Amino acid sequence: MTELAIDIEGLTFAWSENRPVLDIPHFEVRPGERVFLRGPSGSGKSTLLGIVSGVLAAGRGRVCVLGEDLGLLSGGRRDEFRAAHIGLVFQMFNLLPYLSVMDNVLLPARFSAVRRGRAQPDPATEARRLLDELGIATTRSPARLVTELSIGQQQRVAVARALLGRPELVIADEPTSALDSDARDGFLRLLMAECSATGAALLFVSHDTALGGLFDRQLSIDDINRARPQLEQS
Amino acid sequence: MKPLVGLAARSLWNRRGSAALTVFAIAISVMLLVGVETVRIGARESFARTISGTDLIVGARSGPINLLLYSVFRIGDATTNVSWQSFELVSRHPDVAWTIPISLGDSHRGYRVMGTNGDYFRHYRYGNRQALAFAAGMAFEDAHDAVIGAEVARQLGYGIGDEITIAHGIGEVSFAEHGDHPFRIAGILEPTGTPVDRTVHVSLDAIAKIHKLGPGPAGITAFLVGMRSKDSLLQMQRALNEYRAEPLTAVIPGVALQQLWQIVGVADRALFLVATFVVLAGLIGMLTSILTSLRERRREMAILRSVGARPIHVFALLLLEAGLLALAGVVLGITAAHAALASMTRLLAGRFGLFMETGGPGVYDLLLAGAVVGAAILAGLVPAWLAYRNSLADGLTIRT
Repeated sequence: MTELAIDIEGLTFAWSENRPVLDIPHFEVRPGERVFLRGPSGSGKSTLLGIVSGVLAAGRGRVCVLGEDLGLLSGGRRDEFRAAHIGLVFQMFNLLPYLSVMDNVLLPARFSAVRRGRAQPDPATEARRLLDELGIATTRSPARLVTELSIGQQQRVAVARALLGRPELVIADEPTSALDSDARDGFLRLLMAECSATGAALLFVSHDTALGGLFDRQLSIDDINRARPQLEQS
Repeated sequence: MKPLVGLAARSLWNRRGSAALTVFAIAISVMLLVGVETVRIGARESFARTISGTDLIVGARSGPINLLLYSVFRIGDATTNVSWQSFELVSRHPDVAWTIPISLGDSHRGYRVMGTNGDYFRHYRYGNRQALAFAAGMAFEDAHDAVIGAEVARQLGYGIGDEITIAHGIGEVSFAEHGDHPFRIAGILEPTGTPVDRTVHVSLDAIAKIHKLGPGPAGITAFLVGMRSKDSLLQMQRALNEYRAEPLTAVIPGVALQQLWQIVGVADRALFLVATFVVLAGLIGMLTSILTSLRERRREMAILRSVGARPIHVFALLLLEAGLLALAGVVLGITAAHAALASMTRLLAGRFGLFMETGGPGVYDLLLAGAVVGAAILAGLVPAWLAYRNSLADGLTIRT
């Protein structure tokens, strides 16, 4: 794969007129690269992730993900694209409480034929393998409810779901902030290992600078974003 | 859309406490509607089957509905009698196949007493042209015999040979007992599901005797006419209505029933309207519960979006939810309604003379189910649209 995982040129975005949240001249993530993006809350990083994952329509500029110009896709096509190529992990509460652990992991396969097709040999088997590798025992009770899991375990299930069907890009938005430091390190190691195993690029966003050293590259959002939304607001 | 049905069902199951309450509210409202409708249709049918095969009902000049009410339904009273001469004249008319005289005005323990003759048992028809049949005994032979309807026999515990007295007037308690003229029960009729079941039949001679009118009847309350051919029916009706010697009213039972039903139908439609509004209230309850759940489910929607669900999926998910709730409510409601009706059939038939069709749920129920689920999905458009807009605005950011 030679296409850049993320390739942003001259992106500006504003929720309201004259209040730019994002002004990014250039930002790129290479395939398989693991990037740590540091930034306090209110720095526009959630907006950036929304745009890269295709939930928000980009304002001005060009946003290419895996060679696909998101600006040229309709909202529905961007949803399809996200389902097929991007795995997402949030800060917490990633899981649907009414589905079993297995069914939560299998959600992307439910919505995307691409992810379903790439899960080898089949979605259920891959889900079980991922859960095993992430230390969530499925042999005992794969139909276990997510509400029985600790927060750390829930985050690992979320990683399994993000990786099911081998998406080329994994985006994690402060996935460790709800974990204590022991759990955090273990979680991070697993996340990195799994991304390496599938060759997925990883865009990891956090305000916790201590984590940065584990990544291929680390940068602050202020390095790429010329807009200063948090200053405008205060 | 297929992956969504399972999700909607499991999301509901996760909130099964409030979902069950919603389903019950809808079920109860549907049960009421089905009950009202079945009783309504049953009442109408039972109404229409009260008299059949009779071409004309003739009484003293009055309104057609009044005539129908006192002669067939034993409700209310006639203002005046019809002379025996007029009755004889019509009976002998060449176009007339048969006549049945009816003389009312007395009662036995709240049940109407009707004076008539043997032609009543030969020619009277009800329902689908069914003749009266005897469960025991036979028609009266003399002025001391009485034939009672099935309900009279059951309620008062009478058997063949029992002696009864009849009272003047129609109150349950009467101070003017015709005690000097006791009757002996000669026959008990099979149940008919019509006012016949609640009638004590005696001969016209007996009526004349207890009122000390001397031998032979001077007048009767009304009479039923069967024609040889329908061709002369309207002609006969006009002739009777324009009869100079005595002011008479002749009505065709079907037409009078229709007129009566138009009056009763108002109450009947009001009942239906009330039941419909109860269903509406049930659906609004459902809407409320879905709307209140939306706020705490924004996270759920964001998670679904993150794994690839489109806003339209979120929209469909909520519509499905409304549809599933309504479907469960409707199925439960219709089942419960029919179970209740089946267990009440005997009671309704005995107490109110209502004969229900108890063939279980039918086409009507399917239509009703469709209408309620349709209305629920229509109502579901509101939360679906809100969730759709939320999920567009929220995207993946989860606000709580």
